[in-house]
Amino acid sequence: MNDENNKLFGAQAPKSPSDTGLVLRVDHLAVSVNTEAGLKPLVHGLSFDLRRGETLAIAGESGSGKSLTSLAIMGLLPPPAVRVTGGSILFGQQELTTLGENALRQIRGNRIAMIFQEPMTSLNPVMKIGAQLAEAICAHEAISFQDARVRALEALKSVRLSEPEKRLDQFPHELSGGMRQRVMIAMAIALKPDILIADEPTTALDVTVQREVLDLLRDLQHEMGTAVILITHDMGVVAEMADRVLVMKGGHFVEENDVVSLFSNPQQAYTRDLLGAVPTLGDGSGVTRAGKPDESTLVAELENVVVQFDVRSGILGRITHRVHAVENVSLNICKGEIFSLVGESGCGKSTIAKAMVGLVKHSGRIRINGNEISAPHGEMTNQVRRDIQMVFQDPMASLDPRMRVGELVREPLVIHGVGTMREQKEKVDYLFERVGLSRDQTERYPHEFSGGQRQRICIARALALNPKLIIADESVSALDVTVQAKVLELLKELVSEMGVSFLFISHDMAVVENISDRVGVMYLGQIVEMGSCRQIFGTPRHSYTKKLISAVPTPDPNRERQPLARLVGDVPSPVKPLNETVSHVELKNVGNGHMIAVEGTIGQSNN
Amino acid sequence: MAGFFLRRLAQSLLILLGVSMITFVLLYWLPADPVRQIAGRSATPQTVENIRQQLGLDQPLWVQYWRYLGGLVQGDLGRSYLQKTEVSTLIASRLPASLLLMAGAIFAELLIGLSMGIIAALRRGTVTDQSLMIVSFIGVSAPQFVVGLLLLYVFAVQLGWFPIGGYGTFAHLVLPSMTLGILGSGWYSRMMRSSMIEVLRQDYIRTARAKGLNRMRIIFRHALPNAILPIIAMIGIDIGIFMGGIVVVESVFGWPGIGQLAWQAIQRVDIPIIMGVTLVSATAIVIGNLLADFISMIVDPRIRTR
Repeated sequence: MNDENNKLFGAQAPKSPSDTGLVLRVDHLAVSVNTEAGLKPLVHGLSFDLRRGETLAIAGESGSGKSLTSLAIMGLLPPPAVRVTGGSILFGQQELTTLGENALRQIRGNRIAMIFQEPMTSLNPVMKIGAQLAEAICAHEAISFQDARVRALEALKSVRLSEPEKRLDQFPHELSGGMRQRVMIAMAIALKPDILIADEPTTALDVTVQREVLDLLRDLQHEMGTAVILITHDMGVVAEMADRVLVMKGGHFVEENDVVSLFSNPQQAYTRDLLGAVPTLGDGSGVTRAGKPDESTLVAELENVVVQFDVRSGILGRITHRVHAVENVSLNICKGEIFSLVGESGCGKSTIAKAMVGLVKHSGRIRINGNEISAPHGEMTNQVRRDIQMVFQDPMASLDPRMRVGELVREPLVIHGVGTMREQKEKVDYLFERVGLSRDQTERYPHEFSGGQRQRICIARALALNPKLIIADESVSALDVTVQAKVLELLKELVSEMGVSFLFISHDMAVVENISDRVGVMYLGQIVEMGSCRQIFGTPRHSYTKKLISAVPTPDPNRERQPLARLVGDVPSPVKPLNETVSHVELKNVGNGHMIAVEGTIGQSNN
Repeated sequence: MAGFFLRRLAQSLLILLGVSMITFVLLYWLPADPVRQIAGRSATPQTVENIRQQLGLDQPLWVQYWRYLGGLVQGDLGRSYLQKTEVSTLIASRLPASLLLMAGAIFAELLIGLSMGIIAALRRGTVTDQSLMIVSFIGVSAPQFVVGLLLLYVFAVQLGWFPIGGYGTFAHLVLPSMTLGILGSGWYSRMMRSSMIEVLRQDYIRTARAKGLNRMRIIFRHALPNAILPIIAMIGIDIGIFMGGIVVVESVFGWPGIGQLAWQAIQRVDIPIIMGVTLVSATAIVIGNLLADFISMIVDPRIRTR
């Protein structure tokens, strides 16, 4: 954007009486939900000010009321159950809490705009991008649809979306998550709002895409001088983006300070806990755990594993394309080792897990505890099934809501016919205590537990058969940081005490660094770098690994981040025509088992 | 997209072949003897045998079926045993009336059903919602001949707004269409209500609200096109249900369509007509489903790219 835009900006902004640049004043805001038992408060008397051009981060864990606060400002609280029950929201001189729907609509999207967490579902799937942008402009300005389209194009250009003209006539499903979030941002800034509310704007995005979107938001704010309210649970994002931080917990105000003071000198115990729980990226030397992996015993051996999915099209439904999900992956996991696979969405890390438990067909060899798992068409033996167990991302979705949790944990024992009923129950009691729950909780149902407790139940279930290897696929990603830290601690204990091995799959570099013995970095279905935690995070060699590490937001507001080279477009597609083969990377040992791919051999064939 | 349609077309032809085979075998096994019906009660065994030979009914089943298929390929549905006319001519003369009735019924049920569903979804949990759903429940459960007679009594006999029966003007079309439509609207209002409630919960509706759009635009531009997607597939299936309903409704209102034709043919074991009507109905259902797929593709860009 240019100077003209800067001048234009704020022309309609309500002037505050003292003209201190105050744009928004939230005063003792209370939000409550109507339940059968009466009004239940969700946000208790929250107050804060927002000034022109500043970024205020509202940080907190799930249930802290941070999103409700932003919805209250927008007048978008889910009616009729949830509503503002006290306090005031003053936008310039306008009181928003008592404003009628029509007057609020003039402000929404125009003076106060919002970006949401889920770019994949936040755009109307049956409407073209251009139309969705243009209608937002038409809703507030008396211009023709054609003129609005021109403005929409400008907005798309300003969010640095590739091929903006083409995007106008595309539908949301033709765009990647990062591109859709750019569209959402373009929509929000098209009318140059006074306030931009960004509710977890990068949480659903890959870390390198997150980096780009954060950079974009900061640049746009710099150019336009918009006041930003950034709602996030990620203290790394807070440290990089915010001028001031407001911490919330359970609907209550905890503390507010400028970002440097808050991180260096937190006043409240909760803030200290929150900051303490945040996994930080170091040089890979921070892993401390009793016991060492037994390198002489291998629990998993993968040799040239390939997983491909066919894409059929045409009149006869012939195979025309192939998704190269996993290409030629070889790796070993020792007894008592935590091996992590990291990479961005679509890199094939979860597909490897599925192949290892026999959920997708593979070629190549996979051996679990010395037993080869089925050839492509054969059945997996029960012994192999017992040796390998999984813990998934969403603990609520992976526990049958109609079964008592004790029964859920006992089920694997029943299926495999291990022990008598009494022995099974004793084992369940033991497992419950082992994962940090109590034995009298076995008679309850999954919904009676918190997210962290549910994940502990899933871990207990995975442990029931004394497996050699547990695959944890994004198992802590859905948990709040304070809970996440405790679950990670539990996993480490299990490895030390029971000698079980973990294949830990995650997109979160900081978590991986804090838990792993060894790490494999995946890109486009192949491992591009593999080595000990210290090797990968201390001396990363492959450019992709370096890019992943440098993209992670650091929870340290004083740190000067090196400017990241702008990425050109998205990750290349793993879908290729039948006649096109994928070039396999060659891994070279650069000492002490640190394997790196020879550069320039991957992802280039199709672009 | 062209490939997809060619594939669906080939599948449709297979379905029709299957329908013709099953119907043919079922009619062959029918305990009633069509030749007796034609010859009359006083015919000698010799006459009966002659007629049987003449119609080729003495041949084995597969020969008869093969001949029938041969005719079918040339567009020949055979001759009626009793009316001594080409079946295709008979059906052609009655099909327009039935198609008109079907169009009227679809219009009626969509108009009533969708508006009820949308209003109920927008007023979810209120008295309006509950009353509309009770009405739709009655619509679903009431038998068509009862609804037909009730409408006839109230609007034709008592009020005299519409003619009692027959065919020709728009006024004749209203009551039979409504009779068929009331059943369908019950289904559609329930489907539309739940589909709409589901869509109103989606993130993109929240986005639309956050843009500051007015309520009408959110409902009609954002919610409705998404909510109607599952309904479109339903219309294709619906044509099958209509074919059943049409027999009853055409009898009640004296509507000269293929339902009436089929009813008469069944009573007299006029096998070529029964075969013909069955095949035409099956074709209508298949075309209806193809159309539904086609419309879904136009409305939903996500299917288009597949």
